Amino acid sequence: MEFFHKVTRFPFMNTRKVWYGLSALLIITSIGLVLLRGLNLGIDFTGGVVVETDFPQAPNLESLRTALAKAGVENAQVQAFGSSRDILVRLPPDPNAKGDQIGAHILEVFGAVDPGVKLLSTEVVGPQVGQELFVKGGWALFATLVLILIYVLFRFTPKLAVGAILAVLHDPICVIGFFALAQMTFDLTAIAAILAVIGYSLNDTVIVFDRIRERARTARKISISQVIDESINQTLSRTLMTKLVTLLVVLALLFFGGETLHAFSAALVIGILAGTYSSIYISSALALDLGLRTDDLLERKLTKPEEVDGLP
Amino acid sequence: MISYPRWKIALVAIVLAIGIFLAVPNLFGEEDALQLARDRAAVIDADRTAVEQILKDKGVTPSGVFLEQGRLTLRFKSKQDQLKARDLIAEARPGQFTIALSKSSRVPEWMRSVGLSPLKLGLDLRGGVYLVYQVDVQGAVKQLLDRHEQDFRASLRNARVTYQDVLVDYPTYRVRVLFRDSDSFTKGRAAILADNRNMNLSDVTVDGAPALQLVLTPQEIKERQDYAVQQNIVILRNRLNSPELAVSEPQVARQGVDRIAIQLPGLQNSAEVKKILGKTATLEFRMVDETNNPLEAVGTGRVPLGSKLYYTRDKQPVLLKREVVVTGDQLTDASFQPNTQDGAAVSVSLDSRGANKMLENTRQNVGHMMAVVFIDRSREKNAAGVVVDRTTEEVINRATIRGVFSNNFQITGVNPIEGRELALLLRAGGLAAPLSAVEERAIGPTLGEKNIKQGVNAMVFGMLAAFIFMAVYYKVFGLIADVTLAANVILLTALLSMLGAALTLPGIAAVVLTVGMAVDANILIYERIREELRIGVSPRAAITAGFERAFSAIFDSNVTAFIAGLVLWLFGAGAVRGFAVVLMLGILTSMFTAVMGSRALVQIIYGGKRKVDRLSI
Repeated sequence: MEFFHKVTRFPFMNTRKVWYGLSALLIITSIGLVLLRGLNLGIDFTGGVVVETDFPQAPNLESLRTALAKAGVENAQVQAFGSSRDILVRLPPDPNAKGDQIGAHILEVFGAVDPGVKLLSTEVVGPQVGQELFVKGGWALFATLVLILIYVLFRFTPKLAVGAILAVLHDPICVIGFFALAQMTFDLTAIAAILAVIGYSLNDTVIVFDRIRERARTARKISISQVIDESINQTLSRTLMTKLVTLLVVLALLFFGGETLHAFSAALVIGILAGTYSSIYISSALALDLGLRTDDLLERKLTKPEEVDGLP
Repeated sequence: MISYPRWKIALVAIVLAIGIFLAVPNLFGEEDALQLARDRAAVIDADRTAVEQILKDKGVTPSGVFLEQGRLTLRFKSKQDQLKARDLIAEARPGQFTIALSKSSRVPEWMRSVGLSPLKLGLDLRGGVYLVYQVDVQGAVKQLLDRHEQDFRASLRNARVTYQDVLVDYPTYRVRVLFRDSDSFTKGRAAILADNRNMNLSDVTVDGAPALQLVLTPQEIKERQDYAVQQNIVILRNRLNSPELAVSEPQVARQGVDRIAIQLPGLQNSAEVKKILGKTATLEFRMVDETNNPLEAVGTGRVPLGSKLYYTRDKQPVLLKREVVVTGDQLTDASFQPNTQDGAAVSVSLDSRGANKMLENTRQNVGHMMAVVFIDRSREKNAAGVVVDRTTEEVINRATIRGVFSNNFQITGVNPIEGRELALLLRAGGLAAPLSAVEERAIGPTLGEKNIKQGVNAMVFGMLAAFIFMAVYYKVFGLIADVTLAANVILLTALLSMLGAALTLPGIAAVVLTVGMAVDANILIYERIREELRIGVSPRAAITAGFERAFSAIFDSNVTAFIAGLVLWLFGAGAVRGFAVVLMLGILTSMFTAVMGSRALVQIIYGGKRKVDRLSI
């Protein structure tokens, strides 16, 4: 079976203004969503208490809320997660609260509503720790981008490297925008997913660049924009196939991985979609607009003639 | 003929064989087990024989027994056997072992003895408590300054030197001894230096009067803070080994500058754990005031000058002298000794400072009584909802000083139960700095099992989808890819088992993601081969070119993902770190299997043929 019998000839470079526009729209929408709706930060970042319980049959949320309020548990968010039988209670951080007892306390209150209730998990994160984790997460994102930039600079020309990093920046922004839109809990695993997405999305860009470099050396007669177009088209089948398989696998995570992995898998799905888009439409186009020329790619060959990589 | 060096095929075969060997322990499944630990000591072979005998006598046969890292694990066929065995051992050897209920793999003993072990599951998969404590390192430095202040006062008092005051300034880490005139200054300086030989004191003038100044250097401060964290780690480890908790494999590790992370697999009740771990208790050894009647002091409400009224655990009043002989942070060890010449006893060790004070004190007080005061500080809400710091002071032991001693001594006349508890309390009292829990995650066993089930489901369905897709889309080459994908999962399992890295739910997600990445490498190669075929290259040349040319792309793309994994590992903690570890290892194994493994398979399938007309791709 083969979806791409012939090499496609999509004019990616000539239509790049359109794709820039689409990207800009996505980025602006994402930033707008984050600013307007805000992120639903998990307790990893805000600090606080999350208690997960499991009821034998779906309870009435309102009666649970009333029961908690009566028992003196204030500001409790009560919601179902996963299924209607699994109830999650979230409390804001309270420097004075005794975290170790809150789980037992909530279970006691819920036990009065339905004695069959079970405690699944308790998480207590101090506000200080939450803030630190948030800062750390930000640093991790930053460090990844910088390290990858250094690597791409080392492997390719500066113009390609900058194009790659700019295009890659687009992906976490889209993922964060999606989290703001869906109001899905943004926690540490989401950051992990975003980092994986960055590494993974660059993967495609690198493969396109690799081809561009290779083409530029063999086909010197044609213009750089033509080289880029050909390279993207030639690798298109590969890019889409791998993304399709990865997407299949990640969708399995999304549908079967349970509530704990839900945000993580969702971030991966969005990230992979955005990453595929950006590596096809944006990264090379940016490099072109940054003034990439065939010479840039040849120069490296002259200085480093032995650039053929090791054999498998 | 397509050429590919034999040794590379051999290498792939060997690596895979080792991988399978290392991964095999994961196939045995788990059984209910008991884990026996001794308080402060390793379980030895003699214990093992004894325990086996106890069980044999009562007709309970464990299905497996092994000693590892000073802990004895006994595996049982059924839950009933497990519980029965626990009761039998506890009954036959009361208080000798800490017995924890756990689960253990059915791996045969010979495998275990050559170091083969199954994957460790993270807390999110097996259930348990994860706690992060913040050590009040600043408080530890304050304590040090306070101690210097007291020492200076004591030196001056003993040398009968008059002084104006001793002032501690915490923000500048400074202690100043103020004198009235240069005469007392000289004498005081000599007295202090005699007691504190290596101390770096400087002479200063404060408001025209001479003064002696001690300023902690940044290094001293750092040392003190490190010491406080290390000391607390040791104390927490000791407390975790206490019989009250019965944890099967507690892990305590420093996290960052001033945090301690604790993992307690299998535990559910974090409140109980924190009650025992989070006690910011201290100890004081004080002399008993034997000249006054404590009951009279209670009756009249007037406590004699120089004494302080305390109560014992059973609410008996006791009068103790105001001076503290030794404090808990000078105590380095305490252990329960069931059989000494004088019956059961608690052995106590002090550091040199404590030893000197104890020596001096016992010299003067043989035949008098000394008491141990346990001071427990807890923070709680009162009825009005206001947070109050509550301090409970209790006399936990009184004993007569029988001779002169310094750094090592025994408290005798305790019964086994008391002695055990006293040893625990004494050790517990040593906390070098107050702790507070800043992060806490408790995962119940139900959720753990659910997580495993869902994780495995996701993995199976995800891999199946990838397998089917590859086989349909790339035919024989797809099947080759599938074989290498399976090999990749085996190698990854082998590496994780070997390294003892814990598998978490995000870790399972990383395995799934790795499968995606491995597929990626295969697809890169195959698409390249197809491309070569399309432009009319012979199948043989296409294979060679496909593998060669795709390699640089595979390598580059994997490096970027590896960088992301590395950063995540550096910044992350807990389950997220588990994700990073699996991601990085998975990238390594997937590169190996997709590039070398699948090349070797292609060679085996197509390499022997003289002429390859077409490829099934």
